Amino acid sequence: MSDEKKPGLHSPLRRKLLMGMAALPAMSLLPRTSFAQAPATSAINTTGLAVTDTEVTVGILHSVTGTMAISETGSVQAEKLAIDQINAMGGVLGRKIKFIQEDGASDWPTFAEKAKKLLVNDKVAAIMGCWTSASRKAVLPVMEQYNGMLYYPTFYEGLEQSKNVIYTGQEATQQILAGLDWVSKTKNGKSYYLIGSDYIWPRTSMKIARKHIEGKLGGKVAGEEYFPLGHTQFNSVINKIKLTKPDVIYAAVVGGSNVAFYKQLKAAGIDLSKQTMLTISVTEDEIDGIGGENIAGAYACMKYFQSLDNPNNKEFVAAFKKMWGEKTVIGDVTQAAYLGPWLWKMTVEKAGSFDIDKIAAASAGIEFTKAPEGYVKIHPNHHLWSKARVGQAQLDGQFKVVYETPELIEPDPFPKGYQ
Amino acid sequence: MINSRFFNRSELIGFLSLLLLLAVILPFFLDTFRLNLVAKYLTYAFVALGLVMCWGYGGILSLGQGVFFGLGGYCMAMFLKLEASSVANTKIQSTPGIPDFMDWNQITALPMFWKPFHSLPLTIIAILLVPTLLAFIIGAAMFKRRVGGVYFAIITQAIAAIATILIIGQQGYTGGINGMTDLRTLNGWDIRTDHAKVILYFFEVFVLFACIITAQFIRLTKLGRILVAMREQEDRVRFSGYSVANFKIFAFCAAAMFASIGGAMFTLQIGFMSPSFVGIVPSIEMVIYTAVGGRMSIFGAVYGTLLVNYAKTMLSESFPELWLFGLGGLFIAVVLFFPSGLSGIWRDHVARHIDRLIAMRSEKSKRAWAIKSAADGAPAE
Repeated sequence: MSDEKKPGLHSPLRRKLLMGMAALPAMSLLPRTSFAQAPATSAINTTGLAVTDTEVTVGILHSVTGTMAISETGSVQAEKLAIDQINAMGGVLGRKIKFIQEDGASDWPTFAEKAKKLLVNDKVAAIMGCWTSASRKAVLPVMEQYNGMLYYPTFYEGLEQSKNVIYTGQEATQQILAGLDWVSKTKNGKSYYLIGSDYIWPRTSMKIARKHIEGKLGGKVAGEEYFPLGHTQFNSVINKIKLTKPDVIYAAVVGGSNVAFYKQLKAAGIDLSKQTMLTISVTEDEIDGIGGENIAGAYACMKYFQSLDNPNNKEFVAAFKKMWGEKTVIGDVTQAAYLGPWLWKMTVEKAGSFDIDKIAAASAGIEFTKAPEGYVKIHPNHHLWSKARVGQAQLDGQFKVVYETPELIEPDPFPKGYQ
Repeated sequence: MINSRFFNRSELIGFLSLLLLLAVILPFFLDTFRLNLVAKYLTYAFVALGLVMCWGYGGILSLGQGVFFGLGGYCMAMFLKLEASSVANTKIQSTPGIPDFMDWNQITALPMFWKPFHSLPLTIIAILLVPTLLAFIIGAAMFKRRVGGVYFAIITQAIAAIATILIIGQQGYTGGINGMTDLRTLNGWDIRTDHAKVILYFFEVFVLFACIITAQFIRLTKLGRILVAMREQEDRVRFSGYSVANFKIFAFCAAAMFASIGGAMFTLQIGFMSPSFVGIVPSIEMVIYTAVGGRMSIFGAVYGTLLVNYAKTMLSESFPELWLFGLGGLFIAVVLFFPSGLSGIWRDHVARHIDRLIAMRSEKSKRAWAIKSAADGAPAE
């Protein structure tokens, strides 16, 4: 067009031009396949997100400074790996993914501020982020107010469901019930000692665990104790454990406290190969700090272990180590974070649009067959169907999978009878 | 013109330029998102202002101002949370009508101390009085026993640590480490809209200037002079027959009240409150704002708060993994090269030139005025 002589307003070309313009609306009625592979930006982005003809911007929002950095770094790495792989395959709807990374600094208000910045200023099409429940609770009102899409990777307490969040980790019942059933059956668990860090996730988890133990398994709870985050003195509870001699110690101690907890257990002479210990808060990442020799023999109930033996996982572990180094370990949440960009890509392609409302509606039923954990599917309640697995910690810091539920477990964030 | 005895010339310039910056320039040039960030920074300016009074003038270094900031913030948050937890909004809970975190913690009835926060006037009274009362108790216990200086700073820090542990531990009553989130309306008015944010910003600027004028007023009274005297030579003031403890208690209480107002503003602006503003680290950060601004200067405190927080936002947006180093470097640079902070730079490098300029001008205009008034036949002053 620009090479031609420009038609003036009164030229005979003008009528043709007008006719052409009149035909434009009709063209939009043509099926989308008649366009080139990458659909027009105006058609797939009607709400002004950061989508150009060649690029789409997403946000990564985790703590890379502060106390949570040690846990969240794995999630950042997994998300960057997924974005890299998607871009290598041609991106999303013909657009390469560009990311803007923000630091939540282990501080919940900062998370809220940065989430708002990503949505309002940068107009990102999705945010992969948050880790602790507190950060998610801080970000959630922002996501709902500005209509964003958050892919949240951590296993968490449930009691939440939002149009603007996809929960790629397990909600509490998915992680707790199957593990307790297993330990009650195979280890003949009758009495349980519940130990957790003192905040919403362990408290809710223990509430569910107690109801299941007392109501469904016919066992009893020998004790229930909580310690502040970062607590390092577990001697009193270890003494109580020695006195009450529970069949199973059930632990949801998080973060750095784990190091002190397991070392002191060992020092007190509690041998985890004889005393059954089931934890829902120790992944390969935590063992890195605890040391394999201090925790070997304990069981963890997760949906993913780095040692899972399936082709998807082998490929994932190899790619992850290639990108981030041989020494890195991959925990449950890291894998869940890896799912985020992939699920988002598939949802966008199913919806044929980057619009948040369309993605929210199209999310239910999205299946990811290449997931390292095997296979996942998004439930209409925006959580994932997934399996629960029990692994036994080994000296080398890896888990040996000893049990896996035969079927995917349905996510149930508001479990009846457990509230 | 404002009473020239109330503000001297350089203070007047400071006052007017701050007013111009906050009430005209920033709202005009910034979009709502950035303006909301400035509003957040300004909530800390209240704390910094209080610190200028109690640390800068009174010489009482408190490393626990976060406690008062948090108390004010929590009082406001409790009111907003109750409003957001109407029976209709909380139908899915096992006990509808109470805040969601209470329901998660198996609490089935609203605790007694939450009840007054159903009413806005009582909430405002609580914001003003609860932290002041706490400051009074701490102050009376410490200063009457002549605990001061570093020991006082250490004790305030311990109080900050206790307050955090208490809030996190009592999560059924306080929301624990999550804090109180998802606050929506103030007496039915949605505080989350852009429109509301702008109105709240101007309201906050108005309150801030009211506090600045109050602080200036206190500084200029005999009380303010005694505070400064106390800082320089405590014993001499005591021997002159003044009760040093009472003046210290007053300065500490005033600083607490300012911090509390800031906290309440914060909750309104950001829509949530969490224990991460109460602990030792945020309390020390608040002292840094004051130090960067210049601990002797009321306006310096506001500018210092704005500068540090702006740097924090900018550095963390540009270098998410390295920003803390940049911020640390900034603090070191300020302490090394500008020990009296921004206000020191202003005084030594800018104000002098302005003074000279004005002196020249006013001489000229005085001459012109004299000629003119003589011509008009008006009595010359």
